[in-house]
Amino acid sequence: MEKFVTLTSTVVPLPIENVDTDQIIPARFLKATNKEGFGDNLFADWRYNKDGSPKTDFVLNNPVYHGSILVAGKNFGSGSSREHAAWAIDGYGFKVVVSSFFADIFKNNALNNGVLPVVVSAEFLAEIFDGANKDPKLTLTVDLENQTITNNANVKSESFEINTYKKECLLKGLDDIDYLLSKRELIEAYEASRK
Amino acid sequence: MSKTLFDKIWDAHVVSTVENGPTQLYIDRHFCHEVTSPQAFNGLRARGLKVFRPELTTMTADHNTPTIDQDKPVKDPISRNQLDTFAKNAAEFNMPLYFPLGHQKNGVVHIIGPENGFTQPGMTIVCGDSHTSTHGAFGTIAFGIGTSEVEMVLATQCVLQTRPKTMRINYNGKLGAGVSAKDLALYTISKLTTGGATGYFVEYAGEAIRNMTMEERMTVCNLSIEMGARGGMIAPDETTFNYVKGREFAPKEAEWNKKLAYWKTLKSDEGAKFDLELNFNAANIQPMITYGTNPGMGMGIQESIPTLDQIDEAGRISFRKSLDYMGFQPGEQLLGKPIDYVFLGSCTNGRIEDFRIFANYVKGKKKADNVVVWLVPGSWGVEKQIREEGLLDIFTEAGFLLRQPGCSACLAMNDDKVPAGKYAVSTSNRNFEGRQGPGARTILAGPLVAAAAAITGKITDPRV
Repeated sequence: MEKFVTLTSTVVPLPIENVDTDQIIPARFLKATNKEGFGDNLFADWRYNKDGSPKTDFVLNNPVYHGSILVAGKNFGSGSSREHAAWAIDGYGFKVVVSSFFADIFKNNALNNGVLPVVVSAEFLAEIFDGANKDPKLTLTVDLENQTITNNANVKSESFEINTYKKECLLKGLDDIDYLLSKRELIEAYEASRK
Repeated sequence: MSKTLFDKIWDAHVVSTVENGPTQLYIDRHFCHEVTSPQAFNGLRARGLKVFRPELTTMTADHNTPTIDQDKPVKDPISRNQLDTFAKNAAEFNMPLYFPLGHQKNGVVHIIGPENGFTQPGMTIVCGDSHTSTHGAFGTIAFGIGTSEVEMVLATQCVLQTRPKTMRINYNGKLGAGVSAKDLALYTISKLTTGGATGYFVEYAGEAIRNMTMEERMTVCNLSIEMGARGGMIAPDETTFNYVKGREFAPKEAEWNKKLAYWKTLKSDEGAKFDLELNFNAANIQPMITYGTNPGMGMGIQESIPTLDQIDEAGRISFRKSLDYMGFQPGEQLLGKPIDYVFLGSCTNGRIEDFRIFANYVKGKKKADNVVVWLVPGSWGVEKQIREEGLLDIFTEAGFLLRQPGCSACLAMNDDKVPAGKYAVSTSNRNFEGRQGPGARTILAGPLVAAAAAITGKITDPRV
């Protein structure tokens, strides 16, 4: 997994609530047997017309907005457990998703792929949407070590939560499997204790 | 100290706790399907790992499978490749419990688990599918995981999980006539919203739950994820034990007695503390339908869609977008609204009792001409029962066809897609935009409301 330390970027605002994983990556794109290429179909039904041409009113098709931080309305990633949603977001080039609330499974899946979900207050979120609407050049800075996010337009900062273990994993680029494999003896001891 | 049901099962499965981090939890049963597992097996291959406990993983193909002509090669080459990959992985990693298309134990993963006795009280159960919460009906900690976690389970039989908060929802009193477990669940989600239980593990309790059969309890637990909960569970009781007993993979004889004694301890102690406790009166629940594009947007079938002033300001853009997609107006009543498709099936409502309810309603009536109806049993086991109980004859006489088992139109990965703009009354679990096909408009409901819609061609209160 890639390391994550700090990031400053412009944002792609998506002020919709309850964006579910069927919107992030529709089920018909889940037929692949590898992790590559999902970024091309990120938000496919909002992003493309039936004939494959881009829908001009969708934010990913608006050249004014780009960057590696996606900012979305509350309850982002609800629904299916498909990790393809995280692969699509990562594959498109987003490294951070900012929202006031995330669905559990999506949050885990994102972290397991080096994509950082950052929970901010509803007010902080509204100010990003408002700021990015006025000036698409608005940038955010995410500092994982200090667990802070800064809106560089109004210079307001908030701290965000992440458990120490996951933080270490991201900072060092380690994943859970490495950790679990190192605990093989404990697992076998647990199994023996239940016999 | 008093413990909740959740605490008892969780604590019994802790292998270790990471300092300031998650818990390493041992998994008793892993279910695996073709869509969320190939990348996990690739991961094992890349690391040169074997599957740690192959006998603890049950594999079935269900999500990306046709519901007709299953004996013939799958037409779509990309789907066929995914199914072939699943078969290759099962063979290469020596997986003993592999149920491909056509196998008598094949079917929707959350239906074949309980049906064959893989699902037992007190277990920890995971699957790369959010509706794994279904198995909570047996008093298990069961939850959906991503593909990275599927790889972890295959490699180590463990996952790393942050301990969720606990919630208990009590349903006092009895459900009214014509009101089903699905209605109870949709009612609850409409009260809590689609994210209202995020971060929690829910225990369902109270008279209305106690009175339910195992299949009804599975429907309730199945939908836990639709309010954001990590999972849902119900304390096991005689109903549970009677269901499990005698099933192929259930414990036998001395082992059964030993397990049964333990299972009887699996209930929340008197005075156990939940982080949140809610109470509902079961008698207030009506047959439910959804009107929007998430399962929290539900209402009693006689009620009207909320008006804009009933929606908080921050949510109005999303509410409007949702109604525009559905072609509905704020304040509109949906009774009598013509519909185009009916889907009976899925891990939510694809069990034999659902088919009995549907059959009982349509018996002696005729399918509406304007409606396409897909009846998709959850497994070959359910299909067999439909035939044996004479339900197939009732369906045939009323003008319905029975399809072959699978997830089918619930997520429309196969050809069972609702066309753009068409309305489907569906017994599945999600009414998200495009869920049942690009542009499809889904109205979630229980099997009885679905049956009434299939006969009248309209949204109909089945009690009238």
